[in-house]
Amino acid sequence: MKNKSENTRRSFLAKGLAAAFLASACNTKSNPFQPEDSVEPSGEKVRLLSVDGEIIEVDKAFLKPVPELPKISNESERIGIPDKKLVMVIDLSRCKNLKKCQEACNHMHHVHPGQSWIKVYGMKDADHTAPYWQPTTCMHCDEPPCVKVCPVDATFKRQDGAVLIDSDRCIGCRFCMAACPYSTRVFNWEEPLIPLEIAKQEYHCETSVPQKKGTVGKCDFCPDMVRQGELPHCVSACPNGVFFFGDMYEDSVTNGAETFRFTELIRDKAGYRLMEDLGTKPSVYYLPPVNRNFPYETGLKNEPDPTEASNHH
Amino acid sequence: MNITSNIKREKIVQELSPKTFSKIGVYWVIALSIVCLIGLFAYIRQLNKGLVVTNMGDYVSWGIYISNFVFFVAISLVGSLITAIFRLANIEWSKPLTRIAEIIAVSAIFLASLIIIVDMGRPERLLNLALHPRLQSPIMWDVVVIGTYLIISVLLLYFPMIPDLKLLSKANTAVRRTWPQGIYKFLSSFWTGSSEQRKNNGHSITILSILIIPVAFCIHTVTSWLFATTYRPGWDSTNFGAYFVSGAFLVGAGGVVIAMYVIRRAYQLEHYITEAHFDRMGKAVVLLCFLYLYFNINEYLVPAFKMKKPEEAHLTQLFAGSFAPMFWFAVIVGMLVPILILINKWGRSPGWAFAASIMVVIGAWFKRYLIVTPTLLHPLLPMRDVPERFKHYFPSWEEWAIAMGSLAGAMLIITLFVRFFPIIPIQETITGHDEEEEKLI
Repeated sequence: MKNKSENTRRSFLAKGLAAAFLASACNTKSNPFQPEDSVEPSGEKVRLLSVDGEIIEVDKAFLKPVPELPKISNESERIGIPDKKLVMVIDLSRCKNLKKCQEACNHMHHVHPGQSWIKVYGMKDADHTAPYWQPTTCMHCDEPPCVKVCPVDATFKRQDGAVLIDSDRCIGCRFCMAACPYSTRVFNWEEPLIPLEIAKQEYHCETSVPQKKGTVGKCDFCPDMVRQGELPHCVSACPNGVFFFGDMYEDSVTNGAETFRFTELIRDKAGYRLMEDLGTKPSVYYLPPVNRNFPYETGLKNEPDPTEASNHH
Repeated sequence: MNITSNIKREKIVQELSPKTFSKIGVYWVIALSIVCLIGLFAYIRQLNKGLVVTNMGDYVSWGIYISNFVFFVAISLVGSLITAIFRLANIEWSKPLTRIAEIIAVSAIFLASLIIIVDMGRPERLLNLALHPRLQSPIMWDVVVIGTYLIISVLLLYFPMIPDLKLLSKANTAVRRTWPQGIYKFLSSFWTGSSEQRKNNGHSITILSILIIPVAFCIHTVTSWLFATTYRPGWDSTNFGAYFVSGAFLVGAGGVVIAMYVIRRAYQLEHYITEAHFDRMGKAVVLLCFLYLYFNINEYLVPAFKMKKPEEAHLTQLFAGSFAPMFWFAVIVGMLVPILILINKWGRSPGWAFAASIMVVIGAWFKRYLIVTPTLLHPLLPMRDVPERFKHYFPSWEEWAIAMGSLAGAMLIITLFVRFFPIIPIQETITGHDEEEEKLI
């Protein structure tokens, strides 16, 4: 049963990857790819760049034309997707610091090398408590300290809960970075290193692409993917199903393979939010690292310097 | 008016008129200009390459620019202390110092506005503050109050100077040859010196003096809120407004003593800026030292008593860690030693007061650095997944050049003002002398 769902998830992923790649590569209005009705493998392989930056081979039959998405105006990007309240649940018992989420996120958003919007912390709460891996995205707070301090409305809170950045408006004062208690924001200190054709694109708050020199960037909850009915890149990139994403109004969250009622999941597994005492009301919930799928140590081999992993509060 | 008082009047005008630079003065202006130009060169580099030329990073996202900004805002507060508070309290002895305090205020607040633009990632989008303002941001409050303070300070510099400008435009002094008197004429063209004009001018100055006090408290309280409205250890403090304002009065008063000493020496103004002025300003500085020390004890002792987990790393780094030498320098050289000097009668002689004030101002500059940087090195979640260089901070040469260039710029404005405008109010001095004589008769 579990295997089966894994398989369908993999093929779903491959298709998603191909489509996502095309979405970023083809901007011309006349699409060179013809739509195909059947998904019978044609035997003809195409080499594509995956979200992890690896070359993968995909059957040509799986390639789908990029649907012409209607262009979203800055005004509607600031309002958000109607009748949704986006929510994320991160299951700490499943994380082993593979950082696939981080790679996919950095790759898809063309984050400047060395910086990351998703960070995976090796946490240890006290001397005798067990260490665990904690991925963090932007918390998309309902009381966002960053939005409160922005002097020009460059970072804003939407109806659907997402906190986004308008890089065409940001003046680069970095007050939001000082205000964010989760240190989730990064700054483009220099011209971000991105392919020319991406850099030339018009900036959209929902894709956060292309990043611009002298402005702030951060996790955007991938609302462009939500509009396409897809999951954020980190969710689909994680092979261990750590990330669940969904809609609070529908009361459901999914990692692509498993779907849960959000309220039941949080109730049964004693979900919590980071720094609840600050009153920021994050949209990201955590499930405690109990009954873990992997021992903490398996994640250490992904550490550049293993001693670094356990030196904090 | 009799003949003797007319001669006296001529003498005062002669002595208080702007004078050409001595050789040292010329070198001083050249040196300041060179430092400014190096800063300008560094800023052009920063405009081309981005803030990457600084050593700031995603954790220490505010550095020496912001601490320098806080320093400038702080020192500018002295304008309101001496011009407004002392004036409204009818303190006579401070009158020769008002213009010194006011030009320090104007130049410092002007450079504060410039340095905050230097810190912006997108300075060309400055107008967004007017196009898309969000009033709940403390930055917006800062823009409003600093703009207001700059305007009131310029007016408070200008209004009391109008009679002097009129006087100089007519006076037959050395100035005539070196400075286009047209400027004095232009700035005072409407001034007839009628009793009605004098009355109106006096009223305007009183109104501005009252207005500037709340605005002055606002500029530094709001600047402290840029930090205190965040959750970070070291900044998350209800003490911050009062702590900043008291420190601001201290560094400003120190700045005035330094300027008094230099101007008195350069212009031989011993009759006008007397030892009694140093004695009284010394008393003001020592009082403000005690006040600032009091707020410092509150700011550090209370959290240190509890040693909450997030505060602990921050405080131990200040008290005994890598920032300890600078921290204790700011406390000992910036407060304790000046107190020990200025509390004595001999310590308030011009030379000692000057030395103590230099300590106060240098200590205050490093104090602002200590308020900004160490906190950012102790985020609430540990530093993670960033380039190694983001985990520590020491300003790059460009940052030093721009910061020093801005300090030199402020001193250059003050120097040029003293060169071309009467730094001691002439008309008020004459009136003061006349009144004294009338009393004698």
